Order: sequence, then C-alpha cells, then structure tokens
Amino acid sequence: MRKLRALWMRLVGMFGGAADEEFAAELDGHLAMHIEDGMRAGLSAEEARRQAMIRLGGLEQTRQAYRERERLPWFETLWQDVRFGLRMLAKSPGFTIVAVSTLGLGIGANTALFSVVNGVLLNPLPYPHPEELVTVHASKQNFAEGSISYLNFRDWRRDNKTLSALAVSRGTGFNLTGMGDAEEIRAQLVSSDFFPLLGVKPLIGRLFAPHEDEVGREPLALISEGLWERKFGSRTDVLGKVLTLDGRDYTIVGVLPGDFHLTINSFRVSDIYVPIGQFRNPALNDRAAGLGIHGIARLKPGVTVAQAQADMEQVSQRLEKAYPEADEGIRAKILPFKYAMVRNVQPLLLILMGAVGFVLLIACVNIANLLLVRSNARAQEFAVRSALGAGRVRLVRQLITESMMLSLLGGMLGLTLASWGTKLLLKLLPQELPRGADINLSGTVLGFALLVSLAAGTLFGLAPALRIFRQNLQDTLKEGSRGAGGARQRAQSWLVVFQMATTLVLLAGAGLMIRSLMKLSEIDIGFRARGVLTFGLQPSPAMIGSSPEALRAYLREANARIAAAPGVDAVSFSWAALPMLSDDEQLFWLDGEPKPQNADGMHWAIRYIVEPGYLHAMGLRLLKGRFLASSDDEHAPRAVVIDEVFARKFFGNDEPIGKRVHLEQFDDPALVVGVVGHVNQWGLDNDAAHSLRAEVYQAMMQLPEVQLRLVMMGMDTIVHSKYDANLTFRSVQNAIARMNHEQVVYEPQTMESVIADTLTGRRFTMILLAVFAGTALLLASIGMYGVISYLVAQRAREIGVRMALGADRRDVFRWVLTRGGRLALFGAVAGILAALALTQVIARFSSLLYGVHAYDPWTMVGVTLLMMMVALAACYLPARRATRIDPMQVLRSE
Amino acid sequence: MGDKTDVWQGTLALMVLKTLETLGPIHGYGIARRIEQTSGNLLSLNYGTLYPALLKLEQEGYIASEWGLSENNRKAKFYKLTRAGRKQLEREARDWEQATAILARFLSPAEEA
Repeated sequence: MRKLRALWMRLVGMFGGAADEEFAAELDGHLAMHIEDGMRAGLSAEEARRQAMIRLGGLEQTRQAYRERERLPWFETLWQDVRFGLRMLAKSPGFTIVAVSTLGLGIGANTALFSVVNGVLLNPLPYPHPEELVTVHASKQNFAEGSISYLNFRDWRRDNKTLSALAVSRGTGFNLTGMGDAEEIRAQLVSSDFFPLLGVKPLIGRLFAPHEDEVGREPLALISEGLWERKFGSRTDVLGKVLTLDGRDYTIVGVLPGDFHLTINSFRVSDIYVPIGQFRNPALNDRAAGLGIHGIARLKPGVTVAQAQADMEQVSQRLEKAYPEADEGIRAKILPFKYAMVRNVQPLLLILMGAVGFVLLIACVNIANLLLVRSNARAQEFAVRSALGAGRVRLVRQLITESMMLSLLGGMLGLTLASWGTKLLLKLLPQELPRGADINLSGTVLGFALLVSLAAGTLFGLAPALRIFRQNLQDTLKEGSRGAGGARQRAQSWLVVFQMATTLVLLAGAGLMIRSLMKLSEIDIGFRARGVLTFGLQPSPAMIGSSPEALRAYLREANARIAAAPGVDAVSFSWAALPMLSDDEQLFWLDGEPKPQNADGMHWAIRYIVEPGYLHAMGLRLLKGRFLASSDDEHAPRAVVIDEVFARKFFGNDEPIGKRVHLEQFDDPALVVGVVGHVNQWGLDNDAAHSLRAEVYQAMMQLPEVQLRLVMMGMDTIVHSKYDANLTFRSVQNAIARMNHEQVVYEPQTMESVIADTLTGRRFTMILLAVFAGTALLLASIGMYGVISYLVAQRAREIGVRMALGADRRDVFRWVLTRGGRLALFGAVAGILAALALTQVIARFSSLLYGVHAYDPWTMVGVTLLMMMVALAACYLPARRATRIDPMQVLRSE
Repeated sequence: MGDKTDVWQGTLALMVLKTLETLGPIHGYGIARRIEQTSGNLLSLNYGTLYPALLKLEQEGYIASEWGLSENNRKAKFYKLTRAGRKQLEREARDWEQATAILARFLSPAEEA
C-alpha cells in the first residue's frame, strides 16, 4: 500500500512544476544555516561556504537525486516517446485513420467473438461446484440419450452410491384460468431435489420438500419472479395463494429469482414449476414408458464422471434383471453438465474464433506493409537522428511505442465496436445458444482485447523496427530521397502473398458453408412447409373429466370451427410426434411374428396421431392406397398409414396395403391402408443418419379413452392457409374463443420458421464466415494495391526508360499486372494447400458441412478465381497509372 | 539504485524517524547535524543524500512537512512524524534490534565449545 502511495505521489510529481523551486528554497535554507554555523565556529564566510558545499556533496548532484526521487525517470522517457509518437501520428492523419480503423475492426471482431466464447465455453457455470454437475439419460434402442421412466428414476436415485443427488424434469404447459383471460403457460415438472441440487434459493417462500414430489401428494407450485410480478404485483402474500392450472388448484409455496437461467436437456426456464408427481399421465407408473423425462445429478465430492457412469451401469444392470420386460437394454448415461450444454456450439464458435483471428492477422499485415512504406519515407529522418547520436535501441523503442499507440488506439475503437458487435452477434446467434445470458464484456474480455492489441502492435511494429538494425546509415544518407528498394520490396511482396493465402482459406471456409446451405435447401423434406402453421390448443379444463363420446364430439366441433376460419383450407389436430418439433415412438410387431417379451424385442416407428386433414395440411405425398379418412373412427376397424421407409424396411417388395401390424398398446391388429412419402422427422440434415426413420400415422378418433384424456391436456394443431400466418392465427383465435372462453391456442409457429431454425447455427456460421472472408478480401486487395502502387512509384524511372526505348503502354500495363498476378498466384497456391488442411478440420470436428467434401473442387476453384480477379482488379489502378508515366519527364528529372 | 544505497537508505530512514521522534518537528539541516552528533561523528553523512530520503518518507506518508521559521528566523521546511511513521519506527526498530541481537550472538565468543 505504502509503495503504491509513493508511486502515485511520484506520478503526480511529474506534473507539478512548483516542486523544483520549493526544493531550491529548502536547499538555500540548508546552506545558509550550515554557513552560519561555520562562521560561528570561526571560519571565514568563504571557507564556511566551501565546507557546506563539500558536506552537501555537490549542489547539482543533490538536485538530480531529488528530482529522480520526485518523479519516475523511465516514465518520463516513455511519456516523451508517446508525445512524439502522437505528433507523428497526427502529422499523417490519413495513415493513422486507415491503420486505426483497420485494427479497430479486427480487434473489435475478435473481442466480440471472444466475449461469446468466454461466456459460453470458458466461464464456469454459475452454480456452486459446477464440476460436480452431470446430466443423466437412459440410453436405449434408437436413443443414445433417451428419456428416463419415472420408476427407473426412483430406483436409480435409491440404488446409486456415487451421486449426492439425482433429480428429473419434464417440460409441460398449463392452461391457467381464473386470473383474467385463460392463458397457456410454460411449465416444468420437477422432482424435489432439482433446485437444491443446483444451489438455487427461492426469492421468497420455500422450495419443494422431499417426498412432496411423489404421486398423490398435494398440488404445489413454484412461480418465477416474472409471473409473480405480472400476476401478483410482487406482493409477498402470494405464498399460500392458489393457481388454477388445467382446472386443478395448486398452492404457491415459493418464488424463484429472475436471474435463474438454465438450458439443459429439455429443461427451459419457465413461469411455473410443479412437483413431477403431479404429472397426470397414467404412464408415469409404466417402467418402460418414454415420457420425455430427463435427469441432472450432482456427483459426490471426489467422484469422477467415469466412476459414476460405472456405478450407474451396475444399477441399471440389476434393474434389467429385476424387470426384464421393461428394462431390457436400458442403461443410465452420464455426461458432464458443461459438455452437455455447449457441445453443439463449441466447434462452431472455435472455428469462427479461428477465422476472426485470421482476419486480424491480415489486418496486421496490412499495417505492417503501410509501416514499411512509411519507414522508407522516414529512413532519412532516422538516419539523421542516429547521426546526431540517437542510439539504435532508442530509435527502435520510438518505433515500437508508435506501433503500440496505434494498436492501443485500435484496441479502444475495437472495444467500442465489440460492445455493439456482441449484441449483434447475440441477435444472429442460434436462439438456443446455451448460456446466452452469461455473455458480457467482462474483465477477462477487456484483458483479452488489451492483450490482442499489444500482440498486434508488436507483430506489425516488428518489421519496420528490425529494419533499423539492418539499415546502413551511410548508404541511406547518401542515397537521399531515393530510398532502398530491393529488400523491402521483397518483404512487402511476401506479406501480400501471406495475406492472399490467408484470405483464400477464409473464402474456402465460407464457400463450403454456402455450398452446404445450398445443398440443404435442395433436400426433399417430404412435406410442403409453405403456408403451414402449427400452434398448440388447450381445451377448457372442464373437458378433461368428460365421457369419451363428449371428447370426440368436442374434437369434431373444434376441427370444424378452425376449418371454417377465413383462409384455412386444411386442418388437423396432432398428438405425439410432429416433424422437427417433437417425437414419439410406436412399438409394434408384424402379423405372423410371435409377440415379443419386451420393448427391446419390438420394432420401432415414429408415431403420428392425426386427423384426415393432415395429408393436405402438410402436403404429404400419397404414394399408395388412401390416407386416413373420417370413416376411420371409433367404430371402424383400426387403420394405419405408413411411410415409404416403413414399407421398404418391414415389407420389402411385398405389397404393403392390406398388411396387418400389431401396435403394442392395442389388442386388435391394425390394417395398413396407405403409404405416404417419408417425412424428415429429425431435421434437414440429420434425418438420413438416424436409426429410427419408419413412420406410422394413426387416426386420433381411434385413440382409447385414456389417451384421449391426455390429448385434452394439450395438442398440436396444423393448418394450411393461403393467408399470412399472423392473420390466420388471429382468425383461428377468434373462432376458438367464440366456441369456449376457457380454451387457449398458443405458440404459433410457421413450419417454414421451424425449418429455418434448424439451420440457424449453419446460417450464423455462413454469414459470419462470409463477412470475415469479405473483410479479408478487402484488406488483402488494399494490401495488394499498396504494394503494386509502391512498385510503380519505385520503378517509375525504369518504366519511363523502357517507354522511351519503345515499349508501348500495353506492355507496361501487362508488366504491372503480371507482377501483381504472380503474387496472387503464389498466395493462391499456398492458400489452397492451407485451406485443404483446415477445411478437413472443419469437416472432422463439426457437423457444419453437409453434402460437400472438405476439398469440394467447385468451391476451391470458385474461390481461387474470385481471389485472383479481385487481386488483379486491385492492380488495375496502379497499372493504369504506370501507363500514364511521361517518359520525357522521367528522363528530365534524372 | 544499487544494493548499497538501498541498505544505506534503509538505515538512514530509521535514523531520520528516530531523530524526529526524539526532537519533534525539525528541518533537514537539523536532522543531518543530529544524526552526525548522535553517531559520535563516526558517521560521515553526505547531507545531500538526506533530502531524497526525506522525500521518499514523505511520499510513503511516514512524515509530513511544512514551512516554518528556524531558530535564527530563517525560512525552513520542518519535518514531523505522522501516526503511520510512528508505527513504522516501532516496527523497524524492533526488526533492527532483532537483527543485531542475532548477529551479536554469532559474533560473541562461543561459551560452551
């Protein structure tokens, strides 16, 4: 502390001028007193003065020592350098502006991206001991990370030895009534341990107590701070109040803080959390049921993920023995929390970080080039200064100081740009970016920006500084304004080659991304997305208790109402799977096969439970037979429609129409009545690779009573309309409200936006890579322009002489273009080699490329041509200038 | 700044602090004379080195200064101990005594050999 204080005082001391005079007065006083004493002892005035001076040890030395203590000498030299540097930069504003803005862009882009990388990949998770957190899934046939059945969860929790807590969650939605308009609210079913495990504390009230999450317990609810504010005006008497959700009363026990963020598995931050035991699905007690329940857990201190995995493996095996019918082949799967959160974006972010690093490198090279040209212009200045006695070290320090100042100015501009850029990035980023809330301009990010600025400054400042050491003083002085040509010209040329090569790598990356997206847009997804709108429909809570006849009558009426809304030309309710949005499986066996003993022995298909309007609403292709019809109702024999993958996989070349399949949950077999084209359930790119692709369509009217009741707790609706989606949704809303005020339609999504969302990650990468590559191309062409311009200026004399000797303007023009073209060609060759290596990395470590090879020849040839063209265009102006050289003038000036 | 001056400045600082404690507020020349006298003229102090040392102590906040009049009615800068300086003096004096005590034990003739 004392040292800091002293340092501060000395820093302040440098700017106070009065201190010198004060010390002079103090010294005067000192000497006067000393002389008086001496005279009193009998010395002559002169002798007394001499003695005093000797004892002092020299007036000037004392002053010097005092001054050095008063200020910071090294800081003063630095300050001098900085002031001189600022003057130099101010003297050539053009250069300064170009250099600083180029750097600012480069550093800004790097900082913005780094702040994303830092927030998402580097920062620890905001929970106590985040390294102990893991996710837990059930791996089973077709699903490496499948959902855990409720009974298995309870047994896993009881039997394991390595977890200090295991909790599960499942997304759901509730129809909130009795508080203004009926409203659909996103909710999560959680087990009691869920929030304590994460270390989340309630804002007011309490969390769920152990055992309150069991089936048959009193309905309780936790609400979010947002809902608390919106519905209860943040009043503390909310505790003990009642929320009516899906017609049942839940007592509010606590409020969760608004800064609680978590996106993991299927868990999303919601407005309402209720105990998992309140899940009104009879399958909750079916050990084999896949209900979309996923787990998180905390490892006991000191336990590794591998140990926990081994422990859970044993637990699963014991359960498999105990319940062979339900648990055959089912294993617990444990993954580290952070890995589970960021694995999808990690490669993407790292690739972009690498790309943006390249852009900065290219920017640095440009500035190095500019500085080389300047240092040529300043060679005279330095030669003179060094002839006047300035040491080389001092000169180099001056140059480095100048570069550092440039880079720090660039860094400051960069930070400003980054604070905007980060916001922009977050807008562009895939919506589901995990930990998006953790991204900000933190101290780490500021440190990074500073470090990058200094590194950049050193990088581009080094080249001209090194030249000082090689410079031959006398030659420079003799040479006068002509400057030294060869070596520097070569250095500049290499820098341009390097720029061109790096640019090509970026162009290749962007090109491959564009090609991937083009390929993806050509994919036949099996349905017509245009004009398709999906939304949720939650019937009035009163419906849940009605008779099956009343439920079916309700569905028919609601369907007719929506169908009558203006613009709607096809409508279907849907439950179970929906392409790219939700999935559900049907287990079955074929007619003629013995009934398998357990789920593992059955065949699997994706299950769509729909109505006849689905065929037209989604625009499926009907290949054979017919689609489900309104006559396939509760009285008719069970009918199913299958897709072409199902037909090929299970019936081969046999005629599928008329075949019978045994659906697991029904006693009577179902008759295949039609075949439709395959629909990409798993998204554009992943579908072909998925092991579960066979699809089966069942009629909603043929659902048994139990499941019909579940449908009443929320279903999807698909409509096709020729009108705009917003308009359509509003007219559907009106139609539904007219029918019954307690039912809600919610979360409208066009199928086109659903498809677009699956591509956001790729589009984001493509846009950024393209922007980076474009910037790189611009910078590189500026670099090329600079070097060729310089070449023309340097060789003006030679060109003039050639022209005087009979070379015509076209020869000169071609000569200049050849020089530039050669550099670009070198760059292209080096770039292609580097690109081939680096795009392999993209292909190996991410799934960003689709349908193109990392060495896609079209892309490589295309980007090379583009770069060559731009490079030659950059040479055009200097080449034109070369042809305008007047030979007479050149010769005269010699 | 070599090692020698550092050590020297360290002890000089201690002497200055002690002098200020004994004499109360006093000017630089007085401090110099007092140090010389106390050392029994064994120490030949270059008066000029005193002033940077005083400045350092002041920058560190151990002493404070203000202009006043000397006994001969001459304008002079008077230095005095601050509270932090008093504590520092105690600390340094203790350290110094400890160090000399240890050294003394090394240098005194061995009793039980």
